[in-house]
Parts: sequence; structure tokens; C-alpha cells
Amino acid sequence: MAKTANPISRSVDALDQWVNERAGVKAFYKQHLSEYWAPKNFNLWYFFGSLSLLVLVNQLLTGIFLTMHYKPDAEHAFASIEYIMRDVEWGWLIRYMHSTGASLFFAVVYLHMFRALLYGSYKKPRELVWILGVAIFLILMAESFMGYVLPWGQMSYWGAQVIISLFGAVPFIGEALVEWIRGDFFVADATLNRFFALHVVALPMVLLLLVVLHLAALHEVGSNNPDGVDIKAKKDAKGRPLDAVPFHPYYTVKDVFGAGVFLLIAAFIIFFWPEGGGYFLKPDNFVMADPLVTPDHIPPVWYFTPFYAILQAVPDKLLGVVLMGVAVLILFFVPWLDRSPVRSLRYRSWVSKLALAVFVIAFVRLGMLGLAQDSSTFELRLWTFLYFAFFILMPVWTSFEKTKPVPERVTT
Amino acid sequence: MSETEPLASVEPAADPSRRRLLLATTGVVGAIGVGAAAWPFLASLRPSQRARVIGAPVEVYIGNLEPGQLARVQWRGATIGIMRRTEQMLEDLDGLAGRLRDPESNNRDQQPEYARNLHRSIRPEILVLNVHCTHLGCVPQVVPEVGAQPFDANWRGGFFCPCHRSTFDLAGRVFSGVPASSNLLVPPHTFVDDDHVIIGVDPEGAA
Repeated sequence: MAKTANPISRSVDALDQWVNERAGVKAFYKQHLSEYWAPKNFNLWYFFGSLSLLVLVNQLLTGIFLTMHYKPDAEHAFASIEYIMRDVEWGWLIRYMHSTGASLFFAVVYLHMFRALLYGSYKKPRELVWILGVAIFLILMAESFMGYVLPWGQMSYWGAQVIISLFGAVPFIGEALVEWIRGDFFVADATLNRFFALHVVALPMVLLLLVVLHLAALHEVGSNNPDGVDIKAKKDAKGRPLDAVPFHPYYTVKDVFGAGVFLLIAAFIIFFWPEGGGYFLKPDNFVMADPLVTPDHIPPVWYFTPFYAILQAVPDKLLGVVLMGVAVLILFFVPWLDRSPVRSLRYRSWVSKLALAVFVIAFVRLGMLGLAQDSSTFELRLWTFLYFAFFILMPVWTSFEKTKPVPERVTT
Repeated sequence: MSETEPLASVEPAADPSRRRLLLATTGVVGAIGVGAAAWPFLASLRPSQRARVIGAPVEVYIGNLEPGQLARVQWRGATIGIMRRTEQMLEDLDGLAGRLRDPESNNRDQQPEYARNLHRSIRPEILVLNVHCTHLGCVPQVVPEVGAQPFDANWRGGFFCPCHRSTFDLAGRVFSGVPASSNLLVPPHTFVDDDHVIIGVDPEGAA
């Protein structure tokens, strides 16, 4: 660096040098931002990764402020939420940013996962990126379930009752396991208290660690793209991929724009539709938990309903629970279920397109059925069957379908 | 490790088997230590002494229970239903066997041995039942009336769970083809005299 006469910039340079000799900040910055080569053909679907990160930050920040007023005690929890909503300055906003943020989190994560299915982003060499992503999804489900229990309303209480008793289906140790999870003979103060600890301390730490690993694994192998083309195959004289741009500033600017649009929509929902018409926060949850009164209908929050519908489709508790668990865990195996030589759906035949379309319809339809009170058993089973057929038959159609040639360079 | 160049700073071990033994024993002892250290934390999550004391037996007066009426009490946070069934209700239990999943109460976990009979109770007319659905723990509604219901055209009276539409008869026996797969639980209970029942204690002499 050229010497300048300006003493301020000289000291800045000196500090910069001092830090980098000791911490390697510059190398980190280059590896993950200014020289992280990202394919130049990212489209709309590629917003949802960075948006997930944005919502995560929102959940952490608003969560920290909520813990400053919330009381994790069966006697006081419900009242402390009402206190936040009515008496704490801007408390209603922070609380709605958090509770509605949870629904937005799942919305962007589902779209992010759909992107991976669309462009084969889980295929070699990105299997571990996908697996870590599914692990994040699992932890996120636990995190949001426990968070939903904390307001200690009727839905919190009975939702906890229903979900915890799922573990009672485990043969032999089921009852003891349920007692151990609840810490009492019923869903009680002990349950609320430990869910608070897990929701606020333990699971966020696991979540953050997994997110770091997810990004580290991604940055090791590089991002996929809508064409599924390996951009590292064609490089210029300096070893830079021809079809890539540095993440910063090109995609930071793009993502900031995406974040702007997203925040606009999020703000609208938080201000004018914070309870999502009962889909984000159930009306019953504005009644304090009462172990003696079961609400007539205990549907989970919308983002769990597809899995809940699968549970209802089976007339046996253990089998239903197993099937519901498999419905999530089967995602881990997708990189190996997909035998196709190409990644992106763009270069696959109509069979793959039809299969993905049927899967999406099955998932959405199961979500609607899981929410309704009188779903037909036949329909529940039909869509459950199609949900699983997508995964189980994937090795078959991906092996036999006729794929189109993949171009050497990315298309626009 | 074995493929890399030997380190200049370290003498090769004279007898590698000694090192292997030390590593193995350290590993085993360490694992036992981790297990022992984990135990207090895992055990701390079980119901505390206070919760266990609160879970003590409760005595209920049933002298004012009308025929066909169901009283609800709390025991260990669970809703216990005590119902005085009518003669007709007891007679109706007989004809249902074909539609039930476990009419003979063969699942021994769901009732004490002394309640393993047609009416699933000590005294035929007094039904003592943990009325939490064996599917996912909701509290079913009592629908004692005989006659067609939206959920069952040949309803003979029983319990209907609004959560996932499981149905049980008036002895808490589960119908076939519903999400719940076992009969409603009969808690341990004993009669002190004609008008008092204690929930949470077996009758004397019963195991």
C-alpha cells in the first residue's frame, strides 16, 4: 500500500495490518465474499437462502428482547405475553415480529428447499450441504414447536400435549420417555420451563452451528445454478470461473434488493395481518392454558400440517408416528435416491417435471387436509401415498428417463 | 498417521502396544466418566420430588353421582372420569365386540388385572377411567345417547375424541378403524366404602 500523508488513513492501514497479521480477516473476507465465485445466472429462487439468514437474525434479535419481559412460569407466562402486547412499549411489534417471523421463516425455508429440488442442488458434490440443510430444518421444527408452547395458551398447552404423546408410541419405554420429556405426570410448569431453556439457549446454538457448517460446506464446493452446470470446468487464465461473478458486490447487492422486497411484504403482514387469519397464531391461544378443557379442534400451525396429515392418515399410533418421522427423515436420502446424470430439471424429461409437480400438489394438499377438521380418510391416504411415492420411485424414473444434453456453459 | 513422515522432534515409541493399551483404557474410562457425568443432567429432567408428592392418590365422593352421569376429577394432571352406568348401558356393552379392536381387554397395560372384565371396572356400574384419548392425549367428549351420530351411524353411547375422531364405548374400549389403537386407561383405584373411591391406589391384595 502506498504511503499517504494523511495520518488517519495511515493509522487505519496500520490497524488493518495489525489485525490481519493476527486474525486473517482478509483471507476470510476474500474466501467468502470478494472472491467467492458464484454462478452469474442465479434467478429469483436464489433469494431464499439469504432471506432465511435474514429471518434468523430477526428471530434472534426479537427473541432476545422478548426474554427481557417474558416469564417462563406456568402461573405467569400467559400474563407476561399479554403484558408485552399491551404494556411494554412497542412490545406488540417485537412479539409479532417474532411470532409472525416464525411463519415467514418456514415460508422462505420451504421455498429454499424447493429450489434445491428444482435444480438438483443436493446432487454430488453438494450432498453434505443438503444434509446439513435438512438437519437445520429438523432443529427448526423443534425450535418453533417449543416456541409455540411458551405463551401457555390453550393451543400451546394442547399442542404440547399432542406432540409429546407422540413419543409414547415408542414400544416399551414410551410412557417413561414421555414422563421424562414433560418432567411431570402431565404437561406442566416443568415442561414449560425446560422448553424455554431449549428454545432460548440450546437449540439456537445448535441452529447457528448448523448454519455455519451449511455455509462452510457450500463455500467449499461452490454454489449450484439453475442449469446445474459445473462452473469450475471453464476458467480464465487467472483460474476464475468464466461463468461466475464474485459474491460481493454482485450478489450482496442483489440480495439486499431481495431483502428490501421481502421486508416490505413482511412489514405489511406484521402490521396488518400478524395472526395470519388464525394460521400463524390460533384464536384459542389467546385463552390461557387449561388442563381440564380440550379445545374442540387442535390443528398445528400451518407449516406442520402436511406432516400432521400424514399422521392422521394411519389408523395406528405407532405406525402413524413412524410414517410422519419417515416423511421428514427421507429427505436426508434424496441425494442418493436421485440417480439422474443431470442436476437441473431444465434438462430432465417430462417424467421428472410431472413427479415434482405431483409432489408439490401432494404436499400443499396434505397441508390443507391437516388443517381441516373433517378430512376424508381416502384423500389423506391418497396424498400421503403420492408424497412417499415421489421419494420411493425417484430411483426408478431418474434411472430410466431420457435427459437432454446439458450445455457446457450456463445459459442466461 | 502411519503414512506420514516421522516427526523429527519425537522419538518413535519403543513398544507401540503399551501406547495402544493406554489409549484404549483411557478411552474406556473416559467413556464411563462421560456417562456418569451425564446421568445427573438426564435424571434432573424426570418428575421432581415435589411433582411426585402432588401426584399422590385422591379420594372422591361418588354418593351423589346420578345414573348415567360422569364426574371429572384431576389426578396427576390427568382428567379421571367416574361414571355411574345404567343397567341399559351395561347391557349394551355386550353386543359391541365385533366392532371393537380389543373387546376382551387383552392389552394388559390399559387396565389393572382387577378391572379386566367386560365392564372394565371393579363394581359393574362404576366406571373409573383416565379419559385422555390413547391416541394423542386429548380429552374425548362423553356422548351417552344411543342413536346415529355424525361420526357413527350405529352409536350405542360412548366417548368421542374431537381431535382425530377416535371413538370408545362406555367401558372405554376403542372401536376399530380409528386413530387410537388401545382402550382408554383404567387407573389404579379402590373403594373405601359405598360412596368413596380412591384414585391412585390398588385394592388391598391386588398386585
